[in-house]
Amino acid sequence: MSHRLRRLQKNGSLLALPTVAWLVIFFVLPLLIVLVVSFMSRGRGGVGQMPFTPEHYERTFGVFFIILQRSIGLAALTTIVCLLVGYPLAFFIATRRRRLVQQISLFLVILPFWTNFLIRTYAWRILLGEEGTINGILTGLGLVSEPLSLLNTQFAVLVGLVYGFLPFMALPIFASVERFNFRYVDAAHDLGANDVRTFLRVVLPLTLPGVLAGCALVFIPSVGAFVTPDLLGGTKGLMIGNLINKQFGGSGNMPLGSALSIVMMALVMISLLVYVFANRRDARA
Amino acid sequence: MAATTQLLINDSAIKRNQMVRRLGRAGLWLNPVFSYFFLWAPIVILVLFSFNESRSVASFTGFTLKWYNNILNNVMGAERAFSTEIMLNAFRNSLFVGSVATLIATVLGTMIALAMARGRFPGKGLIDGLLFLPVVIPEITQAISLAIFFKVAFDWIAVISGERIFPGFHTIIMAHVTFNISYVAIVVRARLADMDPQLEEAAKDLGANPWRAFWRVTFPLILPGVISGALLAFTLSLDDFVITFFTSGVGTSTLPVFVYGLLKLTVTPEVNAISTIMMVLSTLLIGISLAMQGRNSSRA
Repeated sequence: MSHRLRRLQKNGSLLALPTVAWLVIFFVLPLLIVLVVSFMSRGRGGVGQMPFTPEHYERTFGVFFIILQRSIGLAALTTIVCLLVGYPLAFFIATRRRRLVQQISLFLVILPFWTNFLIRTYAWRILLGEEGTINGILTGLGLVSEPLSLLNTQFAVLVGLVYGFLPFMALPIFASVERFNFRYVDAAHDLGANDVRTFLRVVLPLTLPGVLAGCALVFIPSVGAFVTPDLLGGTKGLMIGNLINKQFGGSGNMPLGSALSIVMMALVMISLLVYVFANRRDARA
Repeated sequence: MAATTQLLINDSAIKRNQMVRRLGRAGLWLNPVFSYFFLWAPIVILVLFSFNESRSVASFTGFTLKWYNNILNNVMGAERAFSTEIMLNAFRNSLFVGSVATLIATVLGTMIALAMARGRFPGKGLIDGLLFLPVVIPEITQAISLAIFFKVAFDWIAVISGERIFPGFHTIIMAHVTFNISYVAIVVRARLADMDPQLEEAAKDLGANPWRAFWRVTFPLILPGVISGALLAFTLSLDDFVITFFTSGVGTSTLPVFVYGLLKLTVTPEVNAISTIMMVLSTLLIGISLAMQGRNSSRA
């Protein structure tokens, strides 16, 4: 038995080795290089060179702080809107009694997301443009005389982000609500709780894992968004993702891009920690 | 007197409760109506205006197929950034990159899934983290870290060997494998978790060596998981824009990178038509892969 166990042990780790090596080389090492480059000075052609300097972090939290703030703000707002829209939507789908109806309503949420993200985002350019569909309808009805500037605003970015990530909120909540036992609602009513109280004290706490997972799944890609603000935001809706992208062009600054990237990763890590912490507290409660 | 007040309060409380309930019901119906409209309107509009007679996206003037015709016959509007040849080439690039990356990622992902499920070695928690991180980290971070990594690595290679390597298919494939491994591993691990490990033990007790036990017992059982993982990887690879954008070189643009170039320019009916075609293609692809997945899992 013991030599068999030893062999298993040997086999197991050998089997893991190629993949671990691949991920160390192509995932961990690049991140470490980014960390090092983020402290280097900007050389010719925007690449990093000696000596080390903290100036890129100073700029990130100095002149670029407003963009950092905007990114966090937009991501937070996206998460809130997705929650407000996604929770009732998930609740609606999960409470359909007939299985076919439920599957169709779920499918109708998922299907649009089989389309490439670029194209889904581009569709909003058609809708929101100065000569776009929404302005066409509004002026056609005589509701506005001048076309509204909807595209290339923070509003457009918000709409695009909500559109892009709504299923990430709705699906985990759906899974939670589907597991929820609705007899608890009857029990709460029998014990004299009204609807609002029942929702806040019974339904919401028991579906909280789905809500937390949804918030993490929406907030993280929103804060790191690049395509959405790039296609819909213009200069007014610039986010960290775009700023990072700019550092890799002709007149770029790779160390600055690296520093911005590290800060973005720190934001992601913080939100993951908040998620894990909230989840654990919820599980204990 | 006190009793009457009590009754009145109860009465208004009940009324309030009923109102809340009615509002809740209305909300529960209005929200999905709004949500489904929100989710589908952009797609419907996009498809609709790809058939619009005029170039406007403000009003529909009549039905035409000319924009589709233009795409297939190399005619493009004012921008001239388009050629049928380049588009088809980009599509071929996508298929090539997707296939190779899927093959490598499926092998590596399946190996790590097996090792994690069956192996007994220290550091599993660390490996879990290593597999989890590529899924949650924003694409742009992964994209620029790979771009810098390739640049640094190629600079060093140039210094050591005197030969300059440029980004191309190899860099895109390495990048795609990196983000795909985790997804394959997740899917295969789920399959392995459902499988009874005693089956392998039984095979070994019956005299099969571990190699034979794996290929004759374990592998056939996890094959549906491996296929699902591979299909997921292929889909993600075909769909990826951000990471490819930062790791591709001259002449190796994939379809999303090519499409991005068009979308950035302006809204034109031809772009709407290309988008519609891509939408139909990806929906078909995912539909087929899901159908296969469904068949696989029902068979096993």
